[in-house]
Amino acid sequence: MRAMVYRGPYRVRVEEKDIPAIEHPNDAIVRVTRAAICGSDLHLYHGMMPDTRVGMTFGHEFIGEVHEVGPSVEHVSPGDRVMVPFNVFCGTCYFCARGLYSNCHNVNPNATAVGGIYGYSHTCGGYDGGQAEYVRVPFADVGPGLIPDWMDDDDAVLCTDALPTGYFGAQLGDITEGDVVVVYGAGPVGLFAAKSAWIMGAGRVIVIDHLDYRLLKAQEFAHAETINFTEHGDLVRHLKYLTEGLGADVAIDAVGAEADGNLLQHVTSAKLKLQGGSPVALNWAIDTVRKGGTVSVVGAYGPLFSAVKFGDAMNKGLTLRMNQCPVKRQWPRLLEHIRNGYIKPSDVVTHHVPLEHIGEGYHMFSAKLDNCIKPIVVPSAA
Amino acid sequence: MTYTPHKPPLAESSESLRARIPGWGADLDPADRPSVPRERFDPSFSGAHWEHPERQPEKWPRERSVEHTRLPPVFGTACPPKGLSGAIRKLAYAKYSEGQSAHWLLLIAADRVDTAESTLRSFVSLRPDNPITQTGVLAEVKHHGIRSRFGQHRADVKHHWMDPIIVGAPWVGGVVASYLMVRRMARRP
Repeated sequence: MRAMVYRGPYRVRVEEKDIPAIEHPNDAIVRVTRAAICGSDLHLYHGMMPDTRVGMTFGHEFIGEVHEVGPSVEHVSPGDRVMVPFNVFCGTCYFCARGLYSNCHNVNPNATAVGGIYGYSHTCGGYDGGQAEYVRVPFADVGPGLIPDWMDDDDAVLCTDALPTGYFGAQLGDITEGDVVVVYGAGPVGLFAAKSAWIMGAGRVIVIDHLDYRLLKAQEFAHAETINFTEHGDLVRHLKYLTEGLGADVAIDAVGAEADGNLLQHVTSAKLKLQGGSPVALNWAIDTVRKGGTVSVVGAYGPLFSAVKFGDAMNKGLTLRMNQCPVKRQWPRLLEHIRNGYIKPSDVVTHHVPLEHIGEGYHMFSAKLDNCIKPIVVPSAA
Repeated sequence: MTYTPHKPPLAESSESLRARIPGWGADLDPADRPSVPRERFDPSFSGAHWEHPERQPEKWPRERSVEHTRLPPVFGTACPPKGLSGAIRKLAYAKYSEGQSAHWLLLIAADRVDTAESTLRSFVSLRPDNPITQTGVLAEVKHHGIRSRFGQHRADVKHHWMDPIIVGAPWVGGVVASYLMVRRMARRP
């Protein structure tokens, strides 16, 4: 089969690999019809995530058709059209039994601090991902969900991470009616978080980024006010001005490890790998939320330390809430919202990239060329 | 306003927002939010029909965090450790817990060694590494590299110049080292 393969920082190519085999009785092999490149894939692509091995196939957002199932699989069959959460999870460990599927303890030998994630380094379990023609899906009876007939492929692939993560980020904010919500990052997760903030009853939603075309999308798609932080010498002061000195009730970090806005922070983390991530957006979130407010973090960071302004968080009495999203838990309610027309996930898709052009797809997304917001990878056999 | 008990007034009422924004307030009640409360004990929700899953065969000694008391039943099998990078990775897993920076710094070092080993190995294969196609740099032409960057208020343009150096430096270093080695060997009597 053809598969995207990592060759080192900033370098990927397509290679011929064996079609994955059933390795556990509850495995399925899925023929991929759509995959996405996620902003967090760029942390791997840039060499930031420890134990990212040459030869690995990335891709934790994918859908497809079940090709083969192991002997104990009961809930899906060959030919089923399925979407697969980015989390690999067993369903019954201490954490899964409590709904914390993203924190599963039975799927990642390499680390206890993070669960299993498809195509996301050996730190997240060493599973090949879905930017390929076929992918191994462990625990096929608990992870994949059947795609409803009324849902198209581009909407479905966004239900495997970006949309549920944004929706989850808004939930972590414990938004109450009339809250002022500030969202850092106008990428797909930030756009979905902003949209979800309204669904939870926010009174005002402000999205912050430095890319004008994404801020325009935030206005159109998420009905949000926007700020380009490069136009303000002191973003914190500007946001305090906009909120009459109080600050936001809730701040959502939908940026993560490669945040821009402070050259030293960015270079020491994204370029020199001396921090687990550039905490610029997180520090702004801490400084722009009101005292007693809530900071929700769904942006991804690496496991090394980061220079976070923890003193401000403590002195302001903030509640910091964060996690990788337990995707499958979000689906029943999210599918209702999609069907009701409240969210159209594929509105954020800007590019379809053939798998054979994966190198250019990664470069375009990484360098933010051509107003790219969300690229979808289409395998040649799809 | 922050010096009084009152919250600054909002520009738009809830009624106005509900009329303007599709779905506004649909999940106003926390009971409608799927991750509230965060922990909800329900082992049956996932669809699992086991209490503890069967074990996947271990085809090679699988490296694992020392914080795991045993090998989890299911794991990824991409890219088994090999070469010098594999030895560094095994050391990082065997000796240091996730709480120690040495664990992560060794893994990052192993990643760099892995890249160098794999690149060298590719030169004796039928498909040597090609930095032009693998970096996708030709997308600069096809996807408006100049127009996308300049006049756009972008903060990241300040450090984009570093990327070619990060990618190119090991290649230049490799060529220089090879040249020096060949020259030294040629000068030997």
